[in-house]
Order: sequence, then structure tokens, then C-alpha cells
Amino acid sequence: MNIILTHAKLDQDALTASVTKPENGGLVTFLGVTRNHNEGRHVEYLEYEAYEEMALQELKRVAEQAKQKWPEVDIAIAHRLGRLEIGEVSLVIAVAAPHRKEAFAACAFAVDILKE
Amino acid sequence: MQVQVRLFAIARERAGTSQAMLDVPAHSDVAQALSMLGSTYPKLSPLLARCMVAVNREYAQRDHTLHDNDELAIIPPVSGGAQ
Repeated sequence: MNIILTHAKLDQDALTASVTKPENGGLVTFLGVTRNHNEGRHVEYLEYEAYEEMALQELKRVAEQAKQKWPEVDIAIAHRLGRLEIGEVSLVIAVAAPHRKEAFAACAFAVDILKE
Repeated sequence: MQVQVRLFAIARERAGTSQAMLDVPAHSDVAQALSMLGSTYPKLSPLLARCMVAVNREYAQRDHTLHDNDELAIIPPVSGGAQ
């Protein structure tokens, strides 16, 4: 389990590498991207701020919940803080599992829980 | 008893500070602490009803009883991404 909160640009390759194991045959990566609209209004940029201690704890909980449902998965979550321009990646969730079914399911689940 | 308040985003902007120490009566709950906070920082007051609150890094309801040295975080509403 790899949980990261950072102001730096997210390193997608490092995150997928962290869940790569010889046993894992399926690796699913979700990228949350800053889009230019929200609830019918134009967005110029986003600025993410976090209560960092609590945010890390909550991200860890998301990963733990996913692992509870799909014990064989490996999961890494990274969220970026600070100013993000349209098109920049704010969130990476990488999930690997022996089979793709669990990898897809766990990744979708993790995104949904995180967004709650 | 003393409660350490941490303010984020627009709550911080309205209060003009990211941290505050609140002196509250023993056995106060979150609602009472928020009321005091709103009195101390009037610009913050209208926002508080829409804020979530965490006590010692766990989300808490308004009727949660506070203890000496608890950390109370004021977390304004966010849009967490639409479906």
C-alpha cells in the first residue's frame, strides 16, 4: 500500500511500479484530471488544499477498504495539492491483481469511496 | 478546557488565521464550540453551518462531546467530483 500526498507533479510510472508484482496479471490505473467545467460553470484552474494528517489517514482508509473487499489486490493512491491547471492530473489510483476483474472492480470502488 | 482549532481554506480566510485556541466550558460539545468560534470570528459565523468538523482527525457530529486539548478542525464544503 502506497499512499502519497504531494505538491509535486504525480509520478504515474512510480505508482504503477509500486503495485507491480510477478503474481499480478492485471494493472488498472485511474487518473483524475482537472477539467474545465463544474456544475455548469467554467473552471480556470483548481487549487487543492488538505488537512494533511487527516487526508493521509482517509486515503489509507480507502485503500484498506478496497483490500478488505479484494484481499489479493495491491493499491497505490496519490493526490496532488496546490494549483492545478486544466488537464493536469490531480489523482492517481493504481491497482494490480492476479486477474483483471478484481483490478478493475477495486479501482472503481476506490475512486467512488474517495469521492464520497 | 482548551480546544485547538484548525481552520482550512475559506474558513481560514474568513477567520484570518489557520489556528486558534478556544476556551470552552467542561463537557461542551462541538455545537457549543462552533458557537463560540462564530462569536470570536464574526466573518466565519455564516459559513460554519455548512462546514464539516473533525475532532482529533475523525469526522464528528455537532453533539460530540469535547475533551481538554482536543483538536477541532473546521472543514468547509468541497465539491468532490461529480458522477
